[in-house]
Amino acid sequence: MTAVSESQEAVSAAAPEHLAAAQLRRRSAWRAYELVLWLVAVALIFLLPSKALLLTEIAIVALFAVSLDLILGYAGIVSLGHGAFFGLGAYVAGLFARHYFTEPVTGLLVAGLASGIFGFAASFLVLRGSDLTRLMTTLGIALMLAELANQMAWLTGGADGLGGFTIGPILGLFEFDLWGRTGYIYSLAVLFLAMLIARRLVHAPFGLSLKAIKANRVRAAMVGVPANSRIVVIYTIAAVYAGFAGALLTQTTSFVSPDVLAFHRSADVLLVLVIGGVGYLYGGIIGAIVFTLLRDWLSVITPQYWMFWIGLVLVVIVLIGRENLARWHTFLPAPVQRVFKRAASWRPGVKLGGGG
Amino acid sequence: MSTVLETRNLVKRFGGFVATDNVSLTVQRGARHALIGPNGAGKTTLINLLTGSLKPTSGRVVLEGEDITGLPVHRRVSRGLARTFQVNQLFPDFTPLESVVLAINERERLGASAWAPLAAHAEAVDEAAGLLERFGLTDVMGERTSHLPYGKQRLLEIALAFAAKPRVLLLDEPAAGVPEEERHEVLAIVRALPAEVTVILIEHDMDLVFSFADRISVLVAGALFTEGTVAEIAADPRVKAIYLGEDA
Repeated sequence: MTAVSESQEAVSAAAPEHLAAAQLRRRSAWRAYELVLWLVAVALIFLLPSKALLLTEIAIVALFAVSLDLILGYAGIVSLGHGAFFGLGAYVAGLFARHYFTEPVTGLLVAGLASGIFGFAASFLVLRGSDLTRLMTTLGIALMLAELANQMAWLTGGADGLGGFTIGPILGLFEFDLWGRTGYIYSLAVLFLAMLIARRLVHAPFGLSLKAIKANRVRAAMVGVPANSRIVVIYTIAAVYAGFAGALLTQTTSFVSPDVLAFHRSADVLLVLVIGGVGYLYGGIIGAIVFTLLRDWLSVITPQYWMFWIGLVLVVIVLIGRENLARWHTFLPAPVQRVFKRAASWRPGVKLGGGG
Repeated sequence: MSTVLETRNLVKRFGGFVATDNVSLTVQRGARHALIGPNGAGKTTLINLLTGSLKPTSGRVVLEGEDITGLPVHRRVSRGLARTFQVNQLFPDFTPLESVVLAINERERLGASAWAPLAAHAEAVDEAAGLLERFGLTDVMGERTSHLPYGKQRLLEIALAFAAKPRVLLLDEPAAGVPEEERHEVLAIVRALPAEVTVILIEHDMDLVFSFADRISVLVAGALFTEGTVAEIAADPRVKAIYLGEDA
């Protein structure tokens, strides 16, 4: 009792700058659900070895969705062609393994670099214009790239896809196995590192300025935010991430299907974010889990009509409203809510104030 | 006194409509310069030309001796030209603390820093806390901006402009829409702005103009109608005629 009231007093008596610093620190602190998520993801390596292929797919879709979240959820740039960067990464990783070097980490970096360069060039096309023109521009870029890959059959294998290569051991040490276990660990590791970096980006001044551009571009300029250069940077980073995701797909399946550049890739990843929510990074991961499991489950029970059910789920989500789904816990009975709140605000180390 | 901001033969046309008609305005350093005029006189257009939101059809804008006519908005801000908006332009989901930290970071060229978290830039955080205290926002600094009372949002609007450490601050009707009980707080903040900051005030409230300004420019139909000290403008029968109507 006394300890609690003392610590509360200490906080309320603290100088405003300490309060301010504490508030800002809390904003970027690791949350309980993040730790749980990563622990579960690691535990699944051992608990569900038979589902490694599905888990790998989730990790790849998640990385792709996180990439889109960086531009959509933070800078507010809509895109219907984010699959372009995914597909480019997938093809570059395949071609690199086939013609140059089969070590996957090198291939991953090369694919990310290629997508990043393409993303940098494409970013100048999304600087101007409204959401509608951006949708059309990004869609156009993706369609052009898909057609290009289809026409350049001598390089990409055209409609047959690109095969005939094997991926070497990771860093020369870890062989890919038939059951996809290495592939899952590899994909999860890449997703985790990418998330660590993305977390830093969005909690740094850079991320705050992106959110400002999304929230109110007029005012953002008026406090000195150079919106264009920030958008170019984040668009490039997002393209690198999407390229990584595409490369992971190539490397874990040893094949590049022309499907990697198909329109549905760009649409699916948007759906994933609609399901998971934008602007907090984990929406991409949660959405990827729900979307992939749903698709996997529905395509087993109704192989022909699974798209219908996905569509229905989306309609329901839109009807209920994302913000209501995000605060689902507020509809629970009060005692249950308190338990959740305590769990959610728990983090290792010192307690801040009385909680409350 | 030296000139801090001036416009030279500034013209802005929207099609056939002349919104700003050959305005040559000179503002002295440290002045409290009011810009008044009836509705549609082109006050907001002139402000947008000064801040760079609009590009002039012809003419120049000069800040501290340097031609800034071609600079985009954010570059003018970093040169010390900030403004508030007649209708709040805030970040609804940000807390006041985040908003002010953002403005300070951009001013200190930390905005592109992408690794260390916000709290790691201790000087910016300390300054933000001080600024929020000065503007009476300390107790609400952790709340969502959209949940704040209008008067507090108005104060944040001014605090955001002030965080850029402007040498020239354009206040576009700072007390507009603020309920009576919160009004004195906003006005006290405006009056307490440091003397070295040049303030250009656009205002309809003549009591505020005459009590605050030391110099007044009157805009009519996009053109500079007259300019003078408060006493001169108050005594000018033509200004009275414009405000009360020519036939009154």
